[in-house]
Amino acid sequence: MNEFILVRVVVKIMVPFILLFALYVQMHGDYGPGGGFQAGVIFATGIIVYTIVFGIGRAVEAVPMSAVMAMVCCGLILYAGTGFATMALGGEYLNYSVLDSADPVHGQHAGIIVIELGVGITVAGVLTAVFLVFAERRARR
Amino acid sequence: MTEEFSIFGLVVLLIVLALAIVRLTSLLAVTILAGAMSFILATVYTLLDAVDVAFTEAVVGAGISLALMLAAISLTTRQEAPWQRRPAERILALLVSLASGAGLLYATLDMPLLGDPASPANLHVAARYIAESPASTGVPNMVTAILASYRGFDTLGEVAVIFTAGIGVIALLRRWRKGEA
Repeated sequence: MNEFILVRVVVKIMVPFILLFALYVQMHGDYGPGGGFQAGVIFATGIIVYTIVFGIGRAVEAVPMSAVMAMVCCGLILYAGTGFATMALGGEYLNYSVLDSADPVHGQHAGIIVIELGVGITVAGVLTAVFLVFAERRARR
Repeated sequence: MTEEFSIFGLVVLLIVLALAIVRLTSLLAVTILAGAMSFILATVYTLLDAVDVAFTEAVVGAGISLALMLAAISLTTRQEAPWQRRPAERILALLVSLASGAGLLYATLDMPLLGDPASPANLHVAARYIAESPASTGVPNMVTAILASYRGFDTLGEVAVIFTAGIGVIALLRRWRKGEA
C-alpha cells in the first residue's frame, strides 16, 4: 500500500499515538479498563499497520526480529520470575504481598503492575513476530 | 429500560450485518463489516457494564484481526472465488445450521437470567472479591485485581499458552538463514 500518499501520511501520524495509547492502557490497567493483554495487542497493531503501509524492510529496521523474539521470551520470564522473587522473599509463588515488607497492599499493587507488564511484553512480541514471519515469507518469494 | 432497547437494537444490527457478510462476495467488504460487528458487540458489552470485555473485543476483533485480515487480503485476492453447490448440499447445510442453532437455543434455557443475583456464578467467590479486592490489593479495577492477583496462576498459564503458540508459529514459518541464531 506504499503508493497511496494519503494512507502513508495518515499512518505516519497515527502510529506514534497508537503506541503511546498502548503504553497508557498498560500503565493505567489498574485504574481503568484494560491491562497487559489489551496493551500488547494495541502495540502490535501499531507495528503491523506500519508494516502493511511501509513494507517489511523498513519495519524490521525499526523493530528488528531479534528484539521481537527477545520480547516474546522476556515477558513470560518477567511474570514467572516475579513468582520466584516472592518465594525468595518468603511468600508463596505469586503472593505479591511480600514484595513490600512494610505494606502488603502496596506489595500487591506493585506485583500486579509488574506481571501486567510481563503479559503486555509477551503478547505484543508474539503478535508482532507472527505477522513479521508471515510478511517475511511473502517478501522473499 | 433504554438500555434494554439499545441492546435489542444493536443485536438486530448484528444479525443484519451477519446476513450481509454471508451474501457479500467482496472479501474487503466482509472484513470491514466483521470489524463493525466487533465494535457493535463491544458497545453491547459496555451497555452490560463489562468494560474490560468490551475493550478486549474492540482491540482484538476490530483491531488486530482487522489488520491481519487486511494483510492477508493484500497478499491474496479481494474477491471470493465463485462456487456453486448442488441443491442436495444446500438443504443438508441448512438442516445442519438449523439443528445446531436449535441445540444452542435449547442449551440457553438452562442458563440463569442475565444479572440474576441468585445464579451460581454470583454466589461463590464473587461477593468476597467485591468486598475485599480494593482493600487487599490497592487496585480499583476489580477485573485487573482478580486476573493478576487472585487468579495469578491462571493468567501465568494463559501467557504461557500465548508464548507457546507464538513460538510454534515462528518455528514453523521462519526461514532461518545461515549464520543467524
